[in-house]
Amino acid sequence: MSNFNSDIISPENLVYKKPSTLTDTPLHYCPGCGHGTVHKLLMEVIEEMGIQNDTIGVAPVGCSVFAYHYMDVDMQEAAHGRACAVATGIKRCFPERYVFTYQGDGDLAAIGTAETIHAANRGENILTIFINNGIYGMTSGQMAPTTLEGMVTTTSPHGRNVKEQGYPLKISDLIAPLPGVAYVTRQSVHKPANVRKLKKAIKQGLEYQKKGLGYCMIEVVSNCPSNLKISALEANKFVENEMLPFYPLGDIKVPEVK
Amino acid sequence: MAKLTGTVVIDIEHCKGCELCIDACPEKTLALSKSINKVGYRYAEQANDNCTGCANCSLMCPDSVITVYRKINK
Repeated sequence: MSNFNSDIISPENLVYKKPSTLTDTPLHYCPGCGHGTVHKLLMEVIEEMGIQNDTIGVAPVGCSVFAYHYMDVDMQEAAHGRACAVATGIKRCFPERYVFTYQGDGDLAAIGTAETIHAANRGENILTIFINNGIYGMTSGQMAPTTLEGMVTTTSPHGRNVKEQGYPLKISDLIAPLPGVAYVTRQSVHKPANVRKLKKAIKQGLEYQKKGLGYCMIEVVSNCPSNLKISALEANKFVENEMLPFYPLGDIKVPEVK
Repeated sequence: MAKLTGTVVIDIEHCKGCELCIDACPEKTLALSKSINKVGYRYAEQANDNCTGCANCSLMCPDSVITVYRKINK
């Protein structure tokens, strides 16, 4: 491999490297999948805040089921959709620890809707990272509750018909009015600027948790190149042109006390 | 000489060739290789010395294979 300007490779010139809180295990995700980026950002924030030994994560069922192989923090695997319920138990046993759940849209918005909404309504002091790619990735691209109207999936081959299959579910907007919820934001990972904003949001969420303000949710609008059967770059364009008009980015709820 | 000099070190064996870094690079420094790695993916590599060390490529990389270095020339 050719290497240009290799004379400047030294520790004092280092700008960016893989966070030490990620393990060396190669990720099993498809090329270009947003999961890897979100894993990396979450672990970067944990490394920067120096809370690796004080953090407990809850892994979901879905594409990110092996999150515990990659995140070098204490992790617990939850039954399908029950990550918020498991995290509730962990947080109540260890109130001084940082507890996060990492869930996809099939896990959080379909089978785990009840657990998510009730954990939010109880104001459990946990952070949920919700990856919304509008499709069931792990099981090869079936329709998810968050699938857009008219979007073709293996179980909606003529496009999602709202008269038969209902409307896409905006979980973030749904839980934001609940009094137990402190912080809800929607971010994406399709552009470097959005990646930087997402990192700030994750840091903000963990800081609110430290103050004990209540339930925090960060929704990440992500891509699924394999199941949309397009390249990673086209999948990111799909996110920008199709998904973001329906799932607009920005803070939905921020706590008043800072 | 450019004010900022940068370079990237890419862990080619863990690169999956998704091209997100190539698209994110404002200086068009990165390109896909002609050869493949052990897993069979074409990997990203530096094609010229325009790199300014902005780290956009490493932010976008889902597999965290890119390490970025930057030096400010005085």
